[in-house]
Amino acid sequence: MNETQKAVVTVIGKDMVGILSKVSAAVADANANVLEMTQSILDGYFCLIMILDITKSDKTIEELREIIGGRVPDMVVHVMHENIFDAMHRI
Amino acid sequence: MLNTSDIMETITMIQDENLDIRTITMGISLIDCADTDIDKSCQKVYDKIYSHAKDLVKTGEFIEKKYGIPIVNKRVSVTPIALLCGVSGGDPVKYAKTLDKVAHDIGINFIGGYSTLVQKGFSAGDMELIESIPRALSETELVCSSVNVGSTKAGINMDAVKIMGQKVRETAELTKDRQCIGDAKLVVFCNAVEDNPFMAGAFHGVSEADCVLSVGVSGPGVVRSVLSKMPEDATMNEIAEVIKKTAFKITRVGQLAGTEAAEMLGVKFGIIDLSLAPTPAVGDSVAHILEEIGLEQCGAHGTTAALAMLNDAVKKGGLMASSSVGGLSGAFIPVTEDAGMIDAARAGTLSIEKLEAMTAVCSVGLDMIVIPGDTTAEVISAIIADEAAIGMVNSKTTAVRVIPAIGLAEGEELDFGGLLGSGPVMKVRTKSPAKMINRGGRIPAPLQSLKN
Repeated sequence: MNETQKAVVTVIGKDMVGILSKVSAAVADANANVLEMTQSILDGYFCLIMILDITKSDKTIEELREIIGGRVPDMVVHVMHENIFDAMHRI
Repeated sequence: MLNTSDIMETITMIQDENLDIRTITMGISLIDCADTDIDKSCQKVYDKIYSHAKDLVKTGEFIEKKYGIPIVNKRVSVTPIALLCGVSGGDPVKYAKTLDKVAHDIGINFIGGYSTLVQKGFSAGDMELIESIPRALSETELVCSSVNVGSTKAGINMDAVKIMGQKVRETAELTKDRQCIGDAKLVVFCNAVEDNPFMAGAFHGVSEADCVLSVGVSGPGVVRSVLSKMPEDATMNEIAEVIKKTAFKITRVGQLAGTEAAEMLGVKFGIIDLSLAPTPAVGDSVAHILEEIGLEQCGAHGTTAALAMLNDAVKKGGLMASSSVGGLSGAFIPVTEDAGMIDAARAGTLSIEKLEAMTAVCSVGLDMIVIPGDTTAEVISAIIADEAAIGMVNSKTTAVRVIPAIGLAEGEELDFGGLLGSGPVMKVRTKSPAKMINRGGRIPAPLQSLKN
């Protein structure tokens, strides 16, 4: 299968210096490409959503979550395949 | 393109509202395992289940990680074992032990299909299997058993109803030192469905393909949470609309996981069962949905109406989300598995009579109800007969899974732990139905059966 595989990453937690840089570095190390990104601070909470192209990454989604989570241990990190969002929110 | 609120909604559903896939259940036909030598037959059963389902748990875990959604149970259902008993003869408990061993070896949570369908009468193997149920359930850990005693088409086999009352009691007695757990794995059905992925009633019907993978989704917590955000003055039809939308989303997740698991395992995708299946965990209760709709406590007058609306809305939402809807598909009301039901039963708001009325409008029957240990076999048979009558007349599945708490009286509690939960002994009417039950015979099929 040659179609693009995408993963959705969310990082939520208390805002502090350097979260975005650590997360991006982890993503780059996993050879995943950032396609889209939105980041906001809601009531003091850092909230980042990234859509990654993981077609060329040799990491599984679980490994990707561990790598990112390991760099920002105080944050709640979710990494899920894009299909689940498409299934739920698209008819 | 995905938007932020959709992404956050999905994550909140899984993280905070207990959205999960309750089960992926592989249905395996054992018809080709029948042999006139029971030991050979058992070996073939073991080999076939092992070879088909050995990767089931691994596949389930892979999907859990890929989509970040828990798949709580991995299960197997098989052809009703009575069919194999009919060919092989011998002690049916050998099959139960074989099923238990293979279930342990492949690491699944439950295996269903120690079953028989006797709504119209008994044939070879049926009676032997029914007689062996108490022993089979007390000597195994993961085997689930079910017996279908009635249907809209055939009426109710009252001989089977009589015997099943006795077997439910015997099962409780044989497992009384383990919280009478045997009866948590025994269901007596009317209009049993052949593709139900939920335990304890799952079996792989004879009209099914050789091997299929079915999915049971859950999500009472998600529905409740959505309702709690509705304005106080929202009308019932507005609430139904929101439930439909939520059921749609839940179902799509199940469909995605199921088709992908089936593909990975190289088997056909069977059905998706849209049931709202509660767990004892806080925030995962069907009773709490009914309370969110506006009842002070589940069991109050109005519960049946609220449940009817909920059950229907869940089906309508799910139907659009998947073209392979099957199984039971509706709201489950197992008392000991639902935190809100347990509270209502403890408070005395929820009675067995109210539950019986509720079963007329939802997808199952009297489920996981703890009854006094001194309840007679005839009373249990009569409970089964009442439930079967509701199913027969309304052309729907009904079931009885009651647990006589041997040695306990009304108000005391059984605790099974895990997903099976705990619950108080509920009051049962004790006036004797023995004369009717002992008549045996058959309740003829109702007029509804003559559709041709």
